[in-house]
Amino acid sequence: MKEAPATGPAPETVLSLHGVTKHFPVRAGGLRRRVEAVVHAVDDITLDVGRGETLGLVGETGSGKSTLARCMMRLVDLTAGTLLLDGEDISKLSARQLRPYRRRMQMIFQDPYGSLNPRRRVGSIIGDPFAIHDVADGAERKRAVQELMELVGLNPEHYNRFPAEFSGGQRQRIGVARALALRPELVVADEPVSALDVSIRAQVINLLADLQDELNLTYVFITHDLSVVRHVSNRVAVMYLGQLVEVAGREDLYARPRHPYTKALQSAIPVPDPDEADRTTRAAILGEPPSPIRPPAGCRFHPRCPKAQSLCVAEEPRLEVKFADAADHVTACHFPLADGEQLPAAGSVAAAAPAAVAAGATDRAEAAP
Amino acid sequence: MCGQDEPKLLLEVQDLTVSFPTSDGLVQAVRGVSFAVERGKTLGIVGESGSGKSVATQTVVGLTRGARISGRALFEGRDLLTASRAELQKVRGKKIGMVFQDPLSSLHPYYRVGWQIMEAVRAHDRVPKAQAHRRAVDLLSLVGIPHAAERVDDYPHQFSGGMRQRAMIAMALALDPSLLIADEPTTALDVTVQAQVLELTKHLQDMLGMAIIMITHDLGIIADTADQVMIMYAGKVMETAGRRDVYYRPHHPYTSGLLNSLPQSGHEGERLVPVRGQPPSLIDPPPGCAFWPRCTFAMPKCRTDPPPLRPLPGSDDHASACWLPLELTGRTGDVVEARQRASAAGGGLALSLNVAGGAGSSAGLGGEAAQ
Repeated sequence: MKEAPATGPAPETVLSLHGVTKHFPVRAGGLRRRVEAVVHAVDDITLDVGRGETLGLVGETGSGKSTLARCMMRLVDLTAGTLLLDGEDISKLSARQLRPYRRRMQMIFQDPYGSLNPRRRVGSIIGDPFAIHDVADGAERKRAVQELMELVGLNPEHYNRFPAEFSGGQRQRIGVARALALRPELVVADEPVSALDVSIRAQVINLLADLQDELNLTYVFITHDLSVVRHVSNRVAVMYLGQLVEVAGREDLYARPRHPYTKALQSAIPVPDPDEADRTTRAAILGEPPSPIRPPAGCRFHPRCPKAQSLCVAEEPRLEVKFADAADHVTACHFPLADGEQLPAAGSVAAAAPAAVAAGATDRAEAAP
Repeated sequence: MCGQDEPKLLLEVQDLTVSFPTSDGLVQAVRGVSFAVERGKTLGIVGESGSGKSVATQTVVGLTRGARISGRALFEGRDLLTASRAELQKVRGKKIGMVFQDPLSSLHPYYRVGWQIMEAVRAHDRVPKAQAHRRAVDLLSLVGIPHAAERVDDYPHQFSGGMRQRAMIAMALALDPSLLIADEPTTALDVTVQAQVLELTKHLQDMLGMAIIMITHDLGIIADTADQVMIMYAGKVMETAGRRDVYYRPHHPYTSGLLNSLPQSGHEGERLVPVRGQPPSLIDPPPGCAFWPRCTFAMPKCRTDPPPLRPLPGSDDHASACWLPLELTGRTGDVVEARQRASAAGGGLALSLNVAGGAGSSAGLGGEAAQ
C-alpha cells in the first residue's frame, strides 16, 4: 500500500482500541421511555491490530463481538474509550468528519442475502464506494468495477445482473469486491463465511487470503467457528460477555490455552475425525451465557467455570501475562490453566441431574403403553 | 414394546424421488434415494444446502405438501408414502419423533412449554391431565432442565436457546418413539451449548434405545454421533459408509472434496483445497453424474451415464456412486495420483486440470464458467 504510513506515530499498529465500551439502554414502554437497564455489550476493551496481520475475534452469541466490530468501524458511537486509526483519534468524530477515514476501513458482512440491495444491479452496488467518495465515474468507474469483479473471481460480464442471479458464495464475493473498492488498509469481516456451505466456504477463505497477500490488507476476522479462526488468524482474541478473556498468537492459544473458557470452547468443537472424537469428551462446561444486562460480578465467566473459587466472585481478573507466557499472550483469569492442564469434568449430562434422569427413566418404563 | 425378534431394519426407504412443481419448472429435490435405518443406531445424513437431505426425510413422515413423490418408505413393515393422513398422524409423534433446527419457531410462543408437551402426549394417549403434566415434568428433567417442576409452566421466551432445544427433544421423546429425526438440531446453538445437546442426545439414545437420523452439514457432528453415514449431493446419494470409512477411506471425489475443504489442525495458514464451482440447479440437473462439473477426475462417461451406487469390494456397508475404480479409497497423494491415472485412462482431463495447484480463484472462475 502506497499511502500507508506517514500519519501515525506507530505505523505498525493500524487500529488501536483503548478501554472501548459500548452500552445500549433498555427503555421502558410508555411515553417517557425511561431507561430501565443497560446492556453491557462491550466493556473496556483494549487491543491493538497490527498492520498486515489477521486478528481473529472469537465468541459465542451475545459475547459482543459484532458490537465490537461496529465500534471498530465507528458505525456506532462509543460509550467510552478511544479508538485510534493510524494513530489518529477517530472515537469522537462526527459522521461527516469520519468520511475520509471510511476509505481506509471497510466491512464485510455475514449475510450475503441481506447485505445486497436486491433491486440494484451488481455493477452499481460494487460501484457505490466510488460514487460516495467521488473518485471515478462513467466508463472509468465501470472499468474499475469490472477489475474488482475479476479480482474476486466474478465474471466481469455479469456487471448488469441482479444479486438474485448469484449464488451465496458469489454474493459474498460481491460483498468483498465492494469492501475492497477503495483499497482500504483494514477490513473487518463479521462472520464472512458462516452462511456458506463447506465446499464454497473454502473458496472464500482462500480468496480472502489471496487478497490479503496481494493488497497488503489487515483483517479483523470475527467468527464463532474456532476451526476457521485457527486457520486464518495470526492472533486470536477470545470474548465472553462483552470482555476479552484471552489474547494470544494462534499457535500459543491452541497449544497453551490459559483461560478455562478458551479451553472449553476448543474442546466443544466437533472434530471431523471419528477416532479423535472417541478419544475426547465434550461438554466441559455447563449452562449458557448469562444476560449482558446484569453480567455476573467478579469474573463474568465464574457461574459456568469449573475452576471458579470465591476470589472469582469477589474480584474481576485483569487481562495480563500469566506464567512465563509470551508478552503478547494475555489472560483474564485468577486461576489460569497450566500447560496441558485439563478442565475438571463438571459437564456430563448425567451429572447435571442424576436423580431426575433416573426417576424419568423408571417412570417412563411404567408409563410406556 | 421393543421385542427381541423384531427385524433389524426399522426404516427402509427405496428409490425415493421427490419433486416440486414451481413456476420456473419442476425442482427435482430427491432423485432416487435408498437408505435404511437400523433399530437403535444412528444414520447420519450429510449434505450441503439443496442436497435434498431434509426433503428426503420430511417426505418419509409426510411433511412435504404439494410434492410429487414416488418410491417406498417402509417403517416397521408399513409403507408410509401410501399411508392415509390418519395413519401418518398416528406414526408421527408416537413412533417417530422430530427435532428441527430452529427451536424458537418450533415452539408456540403463546402456550406454556409444559402445556405443549402435554398436548403431544394427550394427542396419542388418552391419559388424565395430571398424569400428562407429571410426564411433562419428568421429560423436562430427563433432558436436563433444572427445576423442571417450576420451569414446566414457563413460556418458550423464558427459556434460553439451549433449553428450548432441550424442550423440543423432550417433546419428541414424549411417547417413547423408536425413531428420532433430528434435522440440524444444533445449528442454531453456540458450540458449548451444542456440545451439551449432542451429549444429551447420545445419552438418551443409550438409555432409551431409539434410532436416530441425524441430518447435518457439519462433518464434525457426524464423526461424533453417527454409526452409518450417507453423503448426499444434488438429490442423490454419492456415498454411504460406516463412520470411520467415510473419514479414512472415502471413495467418492465429493466426499474427499468436502473433507479437504475443512480447515485441518496442523495445517494452519495453508491454502484450503476447496471444491471448485458450485452445486447444479435442481430444475435442470446434469444428465450423468451430478458432481461431474465440479469433479477433477471427470471422464466423458461421467457426463452421460449416471453412476449407480456400487458396493466396495470386501465391505458390506460401503458403497459409492462413482465410475472411478472401487479400490481407490482414501485421501493420500498416491490415491489421488492413481485416480488421476484412472481418469486419464477413461479419457478424463484430470491431469491437466490438477497440475495447476492453484485451486483457488482460478478454479472458482472455472466453476462459474462451467455453470
